[in-house]
Amino acid sequence: MERSFSSVYLLCSYSQGQVVSASMHHLSPCCSLCPAGRMGIELYLDLLSPPCRSVYIFAKKNNIPFTFKQMEVLKGQQHSDGFGKVNILRKVPALKDGGFTLAESPAILTYLSQKYKTPDHWYPLDMKKRARVDEYLSWHHSAIRSSVFKIFWLKNMDRTFCPRASTFAKGLEGLWLTKCLTDWRPLVVFPLYMDQTAPEEKLQEALEDLTIPLKQLEEKFLQDKPFLVGNMISLADLVAVTELMQLIAIGYNILEDMPKLVEWRNRVEKAVGKELFQEVHKVILNFQDLNSMLIEPQLKEQMKPRLLKMVA
Amino acid sequence: MGLELYLDLLSQPCRAVYIFAKKNNIPFEFKHVELFKGQQYREEFGKVNILKKVPALKDGVFTLAESTAILLYLSRKYNTPDHWYPSDTQKRARVDEYLSWHHTNIRGNAGKALWIKVLIPLLTGQTLPPEKLQEVMDELAISLKQFEEKFLQDKPFIVGSEISLADLMAIVELMQPIGVGCAIFEDRPKLSEWRNRVEEAVGKELFQEAHEIILNIKELSNIQIDPQLKEHLAPVLRKMMK
Repeated sequence: MERSFSSVYLLCSYSQGQVVSASMHHLSPCCSLCPAGRMGIELYLDLLSPPCRSVYIFAKKNNIPFTFKQMEVLKGQQHSDGFGKVNILRKVPALKDGGFTLAESPAILTYLSQKYKTPDHWYPLDMKKRARVDEYLSWHHSAIRSSVFKIFWLKNMDRTFCPRASTFAKGLEGLWLTKCLTDWRPLVVFPLYMDQTAPEEKLQEALEDLTIPLKQLEEKFLQDKPFLVGNMISLADLVAVTELMQLIAIGYNILEDMPKLVEWRNRVEKAVGKELFQEVHKVILNFQDLNSMLIEPQLKEQMKPRLLKMVA
Repeated sequence: MGLELYLDLLSQPCRAVYIFAKKNNIPFEFKHVELFKGQQYREEFGKVNILKKVPALKDGVFTLAESTAILLYLSRKYNTPDHWYPSDTQKRARVDEYLSWHHTNIRGNAGKALWIKVLIPLLTGQTLPPEKLQEVMDELAISLKQFEEKFLQDKPFIVGSEISLADLMAIVELMQPIGVGCAIFEDRPKLSEWRNRVEEAVGKELFQEAHEIILNIKELSNIQIDPQLKEHLAPVLRKMMK
């Protein structure tokens, strides 16, 4: 337990500390006034993941105190027993607030916005504006996220891009490729373990799939507004931009011929704050550094059955 | 001009919106967008929803797409009973959590059975090999397992003791494979009991009414498909049939 708060505050009885002054005692562990209660929030994040980035930015920007629980998805940490107790779906981001655990970034974002009463523009109270945020968050899943996810893993599999990628990393990517890409024809896994790059046409297909959604993002959601829902940044902009950054950061200039979206992206970065925006995107912007990551042989063996199950 | 809901009850999310509106006595004009006739691609409908999808809502000049957004909007505007979308932060988060997960897990998989067994043969004249259906059902099985273990657990409904938007979105989706003869509730007693509970909470009559089309889908095998629709769907079909 960090002791970074002033002695004027007490350790809440929930945290098994001692009550110093009755007037400052806050009984509820969820009480946002009590620093001890506030420190109860844990966010399980891997900043490699766009939804994790939107949660991180939102929490930081709104000064929501939390314990950053580093998760490394490429190392398979989401499959640990410990994490399974936080999120049985084994995905990041995940939240733990005392005995309450929560998965899914849109749920986490709106939960945090409600609990910490963040400024209205993030998730406006106005019914119609709020509906616009809901509309975007819902559409985002299938329209933007699924394509970005595919492209990211396909790009990752390119040996020239990851010259030192271990067999495991390639295998992992290969399996993800199999799981994500194919709804109708199972791709064979093992060639991907054995010195083969991803089929170029699969990558092209996934990139093409993004063309129409990007157009819809501009024409339906952004239109001539500064931000997706109006004059100020909201959860919608955060979720959208962190996702698009996944591809931009690894060298796909997907907004190249779309100046309106480029301007919007810049506006979002400014609204978030350049420093915070750069900080959160550091991992993905330095993606090549991940090539030097060493996967233990033991972990490879441990992961194999789980990975094989994914494609079974 | 009152509330207009643009729906085709063939579509799972349309059924959720329809049931929710009816159950809560929300007055609306039912605007039928016949998917088989390609009406979602008409210019007129494009003005309501440029994404050319159903369900869509029009409330005066305000238009809205995406069933989740529509359901939430209706729950707020018409002050529906709390259990649908609880005001308690943590219970509400559970509904949000389900609605988010639903998209990529249940929604992706459950609808495919209809495509394989009815729509693809109808639109292309081709039947797909049985392995295709098996693949889809296997994927769905994984999602159903997660649904039972993470979302339902031992509770009567997803969020607790009462039906919510989460149960509604889930059930309409899972009725889709039922309509084409995939008995997903067989050998899944927990799920089956939950399904019955949801039907009862909705009201048997309304539930059956909303599901009439999908439960009688085989009768549509003689339906005339708009040729333009085939054109629009060509890329989707190509992908599905690969």
